[in-house]
Amino acid sequence: MSYRSSVEIYTEWDIVAARQLGRNEAKKTGFGTVDQARITTAISELARNIYLYAGKGKIEIERISENGAFGIKIIASDEGPGISDLRKVMEDGYSTSGGLGAGMPGVKRLMDEFKVVSEPGVGTTITAKKWLH
Amino acid sequence: MPREVGRQYKEILKKYIDSQSEEDLYVGQQFSRRFIEKQIAPEDVISIHKTALLELLPDLRDEVWISMDFLIEMMIHYGLTLREHQSLIRKQEILQMEMNVATKVQDTLLQTTSPNVKGLDVGWVSQPAHQMNGDYVYFLNENQHVASVAVADVMGKGIPAALCMSMIKFGMDGLEKGDTDPRAVLDIINRIVEKSVDNSMFISMFYGKYDARSSTFSYSSAGHEPALYFNAASGTFMELNAKGLLLGIKTDVVYEEHAVQMQDGDFIAMMTDGVTETRTEEGFIESESIQQLLESVRDQSAQKMAEHLYNELAGLQEYRLGDDFTIVIFKKNPEEV
Ligand SMILES: Nc1ncnc2c1ncn2[C@@H]1O[C@H](COP(=O)(O)OP(=O)(O)OP(=O)(O)O)[C@@H](O)[C@H]1O
Ligand SMILES: [Mg+2]
Repeated sequence: MSYRSSVEIYTEWDIVAARQLGRNEAKKTGFGTVDQARITTAISELARNIYLYAGKGKIEIERISENGAFGIKIIASDEGPGISDLRKVMEDGYSTSGGLGAGMPGVKRLMDEFKVVSEPGVGTTITAKKWLH
Repeated sequence: MPREVGRQYKEILKKYIDSQSEEDLYVGQQFSRRFIEKQIAPEDVISIHKTALLELLPDLRDEVWISMDFLIEMMIHYGLTLREHQSLIRKQEILQMEMNVATKVQDTLLQTTSPNVKGLDVGWVSQPAHQMNGDYVYFLNENQHVASVAVADVMGKGIPAALCMSMIKFGMDGLEKGDTDPRAVLDIINRIVEKSVDNSMFISMFYGKYDARSSTFSYSSAGHEPALYFNAASGTFMELNAKGLLLGIKTDVVYEEHAVQMQDGDFIAMMTDGVTETRTEEGFIESESIQQLLESVRDQSAQKMAEHLYNELAGLQEYRLGDDFTIVIFKKNPEEV
C-alpha cells in the first residue's frame, strides 16, 4: 500500500505547506520527533532550492515499504535550469550559506538514501528516502 | 546503545534535580563526552533529555514538552554543521597527507648540488615560510672553471608555485648544452615560462655566472632583488642591478647583462625578498643591517655566512618567517697553489 501526496512550489508559503505535509506523513509512518524534524528539514531545503533556483516545481511525499521495512520517500522535481556541476554541489562547504551544514550534503545526511538526476536546461529531480529503524 | 545512554543520562539528571550539587554537574559534564564519543547529534541529546524528563517529572505542563519539540527543531542544523565539520576535518587530514608527500617530491625533484670551481666558495640557505618553498635555487657547473646559479622567487606561494618551479628546473636542465650567458639564459627561461604559465603567475629571477679563468661574475636579472657585491679591498658594498622584466609577462624582453671583476675576499650575496623584506618591530630591515651582518662574518666560509644571516634574521622574526627565505653566496678565495 503506497500513498502519495504532493505540494506544488510557487511561493515561499508553499515551502511551509510542503514541510507540514512531510511532518504529518512522517508521523503517520511512525517516525519519532527527532526524525520527523530531520525529514521536515530535508523537505524544507529541497523546496527552498526549487523556489530559489527553479522558480517552480513540486514536492511529492510517499509512504513506502520494502521487504517489511517502512519508510518515507521525498521526490523534489522541477523543470528549472538544472545543476551543471553536481559533484561540486554535493561537496561540503560549497553551498552559498557556506559552512552552515545545510544545502544538498545536509539533505543527504538527514536521509538514508539520496539520488539526484539533473540536466542543464531540462530540470532536476531529487529522490530521498528514510527508513524506520 | 542510545537507550543505554538515555538510561544513564536519566540517572545523572535525577541526581542533579534532587541535589543540585556541583559534583553532579561535574559528573554530567564528564558524561557529555560520551555523547560526543558516540556521535550523538545535538537534536538527539534534547530528545534524550525530554524522554528522561517525561519519566522523572511526567506532570509538567504541556507547554514544556511542546517547547522541547521546538528546541529539537532548532538543533537540526547544529547537528548538520557538526557533521559537516567532522567530514571537513577528515578531508583536511587527507590533504595534509598529500601535502607531505608533495613536499617530499618537491625536495627530490628540485635537488641541486653546489658547484665545484677552484677559488670559489659557495654557500646557501633556502627556507620555506610554510610547507612548500616558493623560492628556487639552481646551480649549474658547466665545467671546472664555470659556476652559475639561478635564484628565483615565484610570487604566489604553495602548490601552484611548486608546480611552476618544476617547469623552470626542466628548462634549466636543457641549458647544459646551449648558451649559458646570463642574458641568454633568462631569455630562454622567459620564453618557456611565457608559453606555459597563465598571466597571474609572476617569477623573478637573478642569474649569475662566475668564470674562474677571468674571475668575472656576470649577471642578469628578471625583476629580481639586486644582489650585494662586497669589495674586500675597499670594505664597501655595491648593489648589482640589471634591468629586465619579470619572467612570463611577454616574450621579447631584453635582459641587461653586467659583470664585475672579483678579487680575493670579495663576495656576492644573491637573495630573495624574504631576506630583504624581513620584518622587524620597526618595519622592514635596513639594507645596511644586512650588509653589516654579512661583513661581520666575512672571514668565515660562504656556507657559515649564509647560515649566520639566516639565523640572525629568522631570530629577529622569532623564527616565524613571513616569506620564503633564500640566500646564495659566491665568495672568491685565494687559490692555493
Ligand atoms: N533545483 C535546483 N535547480 C537548479 N539549481 C539548483 C537546484 N538546487 C540547487 N541548485 C544549485 O546548487 C547549489 C547548491 O545548493 P545547496 O542547497 O546545496 O546550497 P545553497 O542553496 O546555495 O545554500 P543553502 O545552504 O542556503 O541551501 C545552489 O547554489 C544552486 O546553484
Ligand atoms: Mg539550498
